[in-house]
Amino acid sequence: MEVVGTIGAGTIGTGVAQSLATAGHRVVLVDVSDEKLDNSLREVRRGLRTLKLLGASSDVPDPKVVLGRIEPSTDLSRVADASFVIENVTENWEIKKALYAELRKICPLETTFGVNTSAIPITNIASLMERPEKVVGMHFMNPVPMKPMVEVIRGFHTADSTVECAQSLVAGMGKQSIVVNDSPGFVTNRVMMLTVNEAIFLLHEGVASTAEDVDRLFKTCFGHKMGPLETADLIGLDTVLYSIEMLYENLNDHKYRPCPLLRKMVSAGRLGRKSGRGFYQYARAAA
Amino acid sequence: MTTQMIKERVSQFFQASFENRDISEDEDIFSQGFSNSLFAMQLVEFIEAEFGIEIDNDDLDLDNFRTMNQISALVGRKIQAMAAIGAAAP
Repeated sequence: MEVVGTIGAGTIGTGVAQSLATAGHRVVLVDVSDEKLDNSLREVRRGLRTLKLLGASSDVPDPKVVLGRIEPSTDLSRVADASFVIENVTENWEIKKALYAELRKICPLETTFGVNTSAIPITNIASLMERPEKVVGMHFMNPVPMKPMVEVIRGFHTADSTVECAQSLVAGMGKQSIVVNDSPGFVTNRVMMLTVNEAIFLLHEGVASTAEDVDRLFKTCFGHKMGPLETADLIGLDTVLYSIEMLYENLNDHKYRPCPLLRKMVSAGRLGRKSGRGFYQYARAAA
Repeated sequence: MTTQMIKERVSQFFQASFENRDISEDEDIFSQGFSNSLFAMQLVEFIEAEFGIEIDNDDLDLDNFRTMNQISALVGRKIQAMAAIGAAAP
């Protein structure tokens, strides 16, 4: 199996590393600190144990075997051996721009780059590279090991062979993919973030009295597994705000203006599940 | 450690996690709708930390963790196995 570089060991990067290593790939996992990498490996172990515990799949491999395939490193140059690099760093143009400038120096010309983003246009990233045809978008969903679909994004310059390479890698991880063209928010987030933002407006304006009412309507009327406000809590309200701001900035359409309640909650630190409180309160086990 | 002591510690954990709701020894905490997949792993990690044992991959089966009785049986087996290894060591 080929070596895959995974840059960024946050929630999504960790899930990508876990899925790749479970599929048998050797993974070079890079982040800026040993602490982040340690946390990430702990989460991989935890993720695999959770899958085993819940019987989610009949053949969950031993965490020790999977972890043995992941090489954690704070040295970005370790990805030079990888034929495919999946980048999962923070959704921030300046951070990504600086990283790709480094990758351009480190990686061979034939390296394929999968940009894992939910909002930043792939063509903007590709413009930073010597071979923009080797850059493709890969929008993984959270939690990555549980989600069967990846939105693959063809940038303006992306070659067919690059798209095929990304789809083949995703298929090897046991997931399906759908290819869409580059546009702010792609298909999923352009609709999802607008829906979530509008649901927050409904609460803000008092059209619905509670978050539960909004979510129950979607779940009961439409058969959705989660309502939009529960989904917002899962994604993280800071990420929702950033994504809707990106849509507003890129499409210059008033319909993407962020709801004031969303801004207020982010300022107040009510970020959803990750902070313990968003539209809902989350119980923490007293371990 | 007696089975009763194990149950008491697990019971305290349940009470802290489920806002003092009374849970009987044979009640399936995963069929009652007040626990979820996130809680399942928190429970495993609590057991490992609290009793100083490691739950092997083969024991990671929800059927070992559904009730207080099942949990205490598993913990008891693990503690016994550790004691046997300790006794056999030179």
